[in-house]
This record gives sequence, structure tokens and C-alpha cells, in this order.
Amino acid sequence: MSSRLKRILVGISTANTVTVTVLAFVIAVVIGGILMILSDQKLLHEWGYVFQVPGDAFKDSWHKVSGGYTAMFKGAIYDPDNPQAFRPIENTIVNATPLAFAGLAVAVPFRSGLFNIGGQSQIIIGAVCATWVGFTISAPMPLHILLVIIAGIIGGAAVGGLIGLLKARFGAHEVISSIMLNNIALGVLAWLISTKTFHDPNRHDAISKPVKDSALLPHIHGSSPEMNLSTVLAILAVAAVWWLLSRSSLGFRLRALGSNPEAANTAGISVSRNQVYAMLIAGGLMGLVAVTQISGTLSASHAMTNTLDNGIGFTGITVALLGRAKPVGVALAALLFGALNAGGRVMEATTQPTVPHDVVTVLQAIIVVFVAAPMLVQEIFRLRDVRRDGSAAVTSVAPATVVDSATEAL
Amino acid sequence: MRLELRGITKTFGSVAANSAIDLTVEPGEIHCLLGENGAGKSTLMNILYGLLTPDSGQIVVDGEAREFKSPRDAIAAGIGMVHQHFMLVPVFTVTENLVLGNEEARGGLAGWLDRRKARQDVVDVSERYGLPVDPDALVEDLPVGVQQRVEIVKALMRDAEVLILDEPTAVLTPQETEELFTVMRGLKAAGKSVVFITHKLNEVRAVADRITVIRRGKVVGSAEPTATARELASLMVGRDVRLVVEKGPARPGEVALRVRGLSVVDDRGQVAVDDVSFDLYAGEVLGIAGVQGNGQTELVEAITGLRPATGTAELFGRPLVGTSPRKVLRQGVGHVPEDRQHDGLVPDFSIAENLALDLHDEPPFGGLWKLDLDAIAQNGAERLAEFDIRAESALTPAGALSGGNQQKVVVARALQRDPNLLIAAQPTRGVDVGAMEFIHKRIIEQRDAGKPVLIVSTELDEITALADRIAVMYRGKIVGIVPADTSNEELGLLMAGGGVEDEQAPVEATDAVQAAEESSETTDE
Repeated sequence: MSSRLKRILVGISTANTVTVTVLAFVIAVVIGGILMILSDQKLLHEWGYVFQVPGDAFKDSWHKVSGGYTAMFKGAIYDPDNPQAFRPIENTIVNATPLAFAGLAVAVPFRSGLFNIGGQSQIIIGAVCATWVGFTISAPMPLHILLVIIAGIIGGAAVGGLIGLLKARFGAHEVISSIMLNNIALGVLAWLISTKTFHDPNRHDAISKPVKDSALLPHIHGSSPEMNLSTVLAILAVAAVWWLLSRSSLGFRLRALGSNPEAANTAGISVSRNQVYAMLIAGGLMGLVAVTQISGTLSASHAMTNTLDNGIGFTGITVALLGRAKPVGVALAALLFGALNAGGRVMEATTQPTVPHDVVTVLQAIIVVFVAAPMLVQEIFRLRDVRRDGSAAVTSVAPATVVDSATEAL
Repeated sequence: MRLELRGITKTFGSVAANSAIDLTVEPGEIHCLLGENGAGKSTLMNILYGLLTPDSGQIVVDGEAREFKSPRDAIAAGIGMVHQHFMLVPVFTVTENLVLGNEEARGGLAGWLDRRKARQDVVDVSERYGLPVDPDALVEDLPVGVQQRVEIVKALMRDAEVLILDEPTAVLTPQETEELFTVMRGLKAAGKSVVFITHKLNEVRAVADRITVIRRGKVVGSAEPTATARELASLMVGRDVRLVVEKGPARPGEVALRVRGLSVVDDRGQVAVDDVSFDLYAGEVLGIAGVQGNGQTELVEAITGLRPATGTAELFGRPLVGTSPRKVLRQGVGHVPEDRQHDGLVPDFSIAENLALDLHDEPPFGGLWKLDLDAIAQNGAERLAEFDIRAESALTPAGALSGGNQQKVVVARALQRDPNLLIAAQPTRGVDVGAMEFIHKRIIEQRDAGKPVLIVSTELDEITALADRIAVMYRGKIVGIVPADTSNEELGLLMAGGGVEDEQAPVEATDAVQAAEESSETTDE
């Protein structure tokens, strides 16, 4: 075996981030398969007499699970039977776009030592601003959507900044104030939709006026009519956050106070001011989620409803966790979740008997649990410890005492 | 109990932390393990305590080879360890801490805890070995020295015959250190053996029966306690070391730092610094001596803008108090904080990034928006070489360095900016002799370049070696500013309050200012 190949094999069999994430995915797929079998009455019956006629249970279970995952693959990545064979992957990207914004909006504060659980309120207020600009202002097409985007960013950033300010000025813990603001925003939204300014007079249900056509995100190239400008914005946002965290002086300050706020303070970095900046950026990114929800093509009504946030603010937390709070990681995690969502919908629609979309939710949860517990994955697959010598990726898997003595030895 | 380590070898990756180490601890002796930071002392003791498994080698207890898979095995074999960072539950009482992990032995059938018996056991052990502890006190309320005593009692309650003390004096005041030595001698008299890990030469000579010196994972020799500090230092570092700081007389210039009527309140709302006034001249080292916790920390925090204060501190006429840490640093103050882990370093950042921490938005490291990663990396590599920071490269995370190397990073950061005021609190805490010599030399270079230097240290030796004048702090006041050649006895008396009553303190403070002016006059001549 060549030394290079050996090195690659050692690299794979070490508990590094990529290996752990991939294996977490494998475990999730296996457990998801078991769930598919358990959700099918006929299969359960067959497993009841598995010792008499083992063939039935194994064969049908295999068909069930492979059929389910094939449908998911066809819905998320590539469908040879579809004349537009790449349409599914475009669906995946469309689904991934708001998740990427939300994931970044959690990752930036996370790297700064803050936990942004207030995505819901940031999205809602961002949406209120974006919608208002969308149906009141009349402007030519490129200008109008630009104003909508800016309004969404400002709305989200205002809430994010408020959370940061409450922490910086009054020491209010951001998790508590975020949860409270989520509830306040929900109440404000319900009330606003009922007011004359916002409510759509042509409708009897709780929905706002739709935004004008000039306030919709323009379609970009691709076979899917749902691909729009927001995907380009998401790619730009990933690049911008990457630059912010690794190249900018603000990002340097944010990372410093995320790792040791006391040392940052001693070195003249204002903790409170930079925490506000982190939350402003986070809120702005959540505001972009709001724009995709109102002016995006996935939204049927282009208007505000009581459930406009769709839980994306919270999904952003899992996306950021899965992406290890790194911009490129967040983008990949958003794509994975987008694929699972897109595939799950197709799986639910095309399998017979139906495999419920809930399997997808369980898959997502299992992946995150295993990524959050690298020790468990390491134990299951008997991976080696990562050597702590600065060149290898440092994970927290090694027991502290071993790390300490290794450090002492160096 | 006779304990032998035979040919212990342990490698981490390509680094041999221990290679073929032999060590024998006789019953009833205080055996000193002396070595620099990162020499492999802690690795060896972690192997002995069952926290690490050696790659090869044997642990022999009373002639019988033993294998320790976990601390449980080591404890069963009669080995006790007191870690540098205590393993106590702060909100538990002393008794509760001492029965923790051992409670099943005391419980009834239903796991009922016999508190009265547990308490009695604690009292018995502490009396038998002369280790006074209050069994009902909450651990968090106890001073560090007493917490350490609780750790020792814990080991003794588990019938330890060999007690490992890992750098026990690092957290102690001089008085507490003396008390610890008394305890160690008492244990020895009771037939127990003590393995005492340290890099402080004077302590070794004061208390050891035998000394084993470890350098770079190998036993490089043994010595008698009668050996001179210089001999021990040379053995430990592997070259000749000068323990005395070589410096000429100070040539003080104008007043650089003028502190007047400075008062500071600590986190608990107590007055920590009480109406302190002093002058620091350009081109001199002013040492602030005092037992830990007499307001030195808060004084430095006030001057560096980290803590609000009343009164004034002016650097060349420009105010420092009441600004922000950033503004203080922008005036060219170099600050070595006393706790490098807590206030000095960002552990996830590389050495290079840590070196740029306080200057990251100024040329050449960066600007308002952008960092210059090349400049940061280049500066990191240069400082790595200049300050002999032992790391693979400047990209190594600071959290992965040994304590002494971390301290070098913090000191390098303060010095690289060519500060017009250097404030160094505990500049050589946890640093070995070789690095200490280097850091002291650099501090004196600053002084000789005409810069004002303020040193805060609880190590009297360090203060007397570096300072041109010594200000002694006691209960938040400066009780005297004395010349550097004041005897240790006299300084010790001042540090202990020196019979100063609180009512007299204002008078003392004015005396201190006068003394400062007088002594500056004398040094002028």
C-alpha cells in the first residue's frame, strides 16, 4: 500500500469532523429505514411470521426501504424518468436557500459566543417591513425588489440588534429575551394582519395584502420556475460571512469574544459593542429569510400569514450546528436539509403505501444528535482519536486529561 | 510503602513525553521532582495515578509489579494525588467532599449516609496529621490554601501511603507555602512518602530529602538538597543559568504615571483599592509587593481601564482612569494580565492571532475592515523565534501550549508594541527558570530604554530582583514605598500590615508619596 493511500485511510478512520458527519448520516439512514418498516402494518405482520417464511419479511422490507430512499433520491437530486432530470436538484437548492440564510444567522452569533434562538421574531419583523414596502410603494421592478430586500434586512436587524442591546446594556440573557421577543412578534403579527393597513380586504382569513409583482424576487436561469434571485443572494451571503469571519477585523473581534471574552476585553475589544454587531448581522440575515418567504416563489400567496416563519428560525440552529458554525459547512448542511425536505415531499407523494414525510424530520434529528455527540459515533465505529498537534483537526473527543498531558508533553 | 517506577516510556505522536524514566520513592521521604514546564513531570505522575497508560515500563509497589488502569487502582494501591486544579465540589461542605466517591462505604443498607460518622472521620484524620480543617465549612468559602489541605485530607482518608503533590505551591501565598511545608514534614514523620512536583528551586531546597531532575522526558540526574540553586537550575535547564538579574542603577527621568487618590471597588462591592497615590518615573521599575488579594489586581485593572475607579491616573498627563481598555492600550500601554488563561489568551486562536489581539485593527496587522493575514503570520513566526516559544509553528492554537509558553506569548504581545508604559502582573507565573531569566532581561531592557515599568508580583524574590523601588500594598493601601535593597524581613513586615492601624493609614499614604519622592531623589544622584 502506498504511503499516500495509507495516509488517506488513516485520515478517514480518524474521528475528524467530516467522517463523523458522514457516519452520522449513515446511522440516520439505517434508523430511518427501520422506521419505514415499523410504519407499515403489512410488513409488521410479515415480521410476525419471519421464522416460518423469512423470505417475505426480508424481501418486502427491502423493497419498502429501497423504494422509499429511491423516491427521496429522485425527489432531491436526479430523476431519470423526468424529462427535466435535474429539476429535483433545483428543488433542493430552492429549499436550501432560506435554510442557508438562517444557518448563517445562527452561526455568526454562535462564533461570537451568543445563541440566536430569536430567528422567529427576526423573520416576522423582517417580513412585516418587507411586505409593507412590497404592497405600498410603487417602483420599477429592480428598484422595488431592492427596497423590499433592504426593508427585510432592516426589520430583522432591528430585532437582532435589540436583543444584542438588551444583553450589552442591561445584561439580559439573549436566550431569554429572544424567546420572549418570539412570542411578542407572533402577537404583533397576528394583530397587524387584522388591521386595515395590512389585511387583504378580498380575503376572509388571516392574511395580509399580497406584495406587488414588482416586489417579487426575479427568476434566474434554470428549469425550475422557483429558482430565483435569493439563491444568488445566499451564495453571496455565504461568501460574505466567510470573509467576515476569516478575513475582516470585525470577524476577528467576534471570534475572539466567542472564545474568551475576558481576554478580548483585556486586549481592548469591547465585548458589548461587538455583541450588538453580531446580533445586527444575524438579524439582517434572518431578514433575508423573511424576504424569501414573502417575495420568493415557494410562497403561494406572497403575503403574510400567521405561520410565515415556517419554523425556519429554529431549523437554522440545527443547520448551523451541523455545519459546525462555519459558512461553507452551513451551506452544505442547508443543502442536505434542503435535499431531505425536497426528497421527503416526493417520497410521501409517490410511495405506495405512503412513507410519511415525518421520516425526514426524524432523519434530520438523528443526524444532528449524532453530530452533536461525536464521542458516540467514534465509539460505534471504533474510530481513532484525532492527534492534537495543531495540524490535525482538533475535536473535543479526547478526554481532557489525555489532552492536557499531551499538551504538557509538547 | 516503597514505590518504584522502572523504564516508564510514553509518547504522544512523535513526542516522547517520558523516555525510560526510573524513579524510586522510599517510605517516609519527601521526594522532589524538579523540571521545567513541559519536561514530562505531570505525564509521569498521571501514569503513576492511572490516568495514562505507559507505552512500556513497570510500576512496582513493595516489590510487586502493578498495573493501574484507572485512578481507582492507584488509590487502592495507596497512591493519592493532589492536582494543581482542585477536584472539589465548591457548594459541598468539607465533609461532603471528603466522603464523595467513598460514600457507599459509609452508607447503611439503603445507601443512607452517616453524616455524623463521616464528620468524625474527617476530624480524626485532620487531627492525626495536624491538618486543621473545619468539617462543616463550605469549600467555596475557604481560602485556596485550606482547599488544598482538604485535598490532602481526602487522599489520607483513602489510606494513601504515597502522596503526589502536583505544583502545590503555584497557588499559595508565601505563608501558606510555609504551612504546606510543615504539613509535608508532618506526613513524613508519620511514615508517608510525598512526591513534590515543582520548578521552584528554593522550595526544593527547603523541603526535599531527595531531588530527581527531569528534562525533556528523561531523568538527567539527582541532587541533594544541599545543592545550590544555581546547580539545580543548570541541571534543570541544561545550561548555565543566571538567577540574579543583572542590571545597573536606574536613571529615572520625568514622572510618567501619576496616580492620585485612586479608589476601586471589587466585584463584591468591597473597597479593594483605598485612596492610593504614587508616581512612576520613566526609566525605573516600580514593584508592587503584597500578599495576593490586597488590591493589586484591582489597582492594575483600574489603571488599564478594565475597572471603574475614582481618583486619577495619568500617563504623561493624559488620563487613563475612566476611559476604556482600548483607549488605554492606544496610549501605548503594554499589559501582561496576571491570569493568562482567563484574561490573556484566546485559546482557540493561533499564537500568531493572539499576538495580534490588541493591535489587530492597526497597521501592519489590519485596518478598519480588513486583516492582513500575512503580516500577522510573519509577526507570529518572528516572535516565536525571538521569545523561544516552543510550538510546532505560530499557527498552533494557544490553548495547546504549556503554561510557560503561553506566558511567553502574553509577554511577547505586551513587549512587541514597544510600550511607553509596561504593566506586568505576575510576569513569570508558572514559568520555568530559563524563561524567567529571559523575561526579566527583557523587562530590564525596557527600563534601560527609558520606559516606565510597573511590576506586580506576589513573589518577593521577583520584586526584589527587578524593582528599583518597592511599593507594598496591604488591604488596599500602599503602606510604604521603600528602596529595592530593603531586607526581606522588613518587606515581610510591611506585607503583613506591619502594625499599621486603619486610622493611621491616611498618614501612611502621604508618607508613601514622600518616600517615593525621596527615593527618586536618592536614585537621581
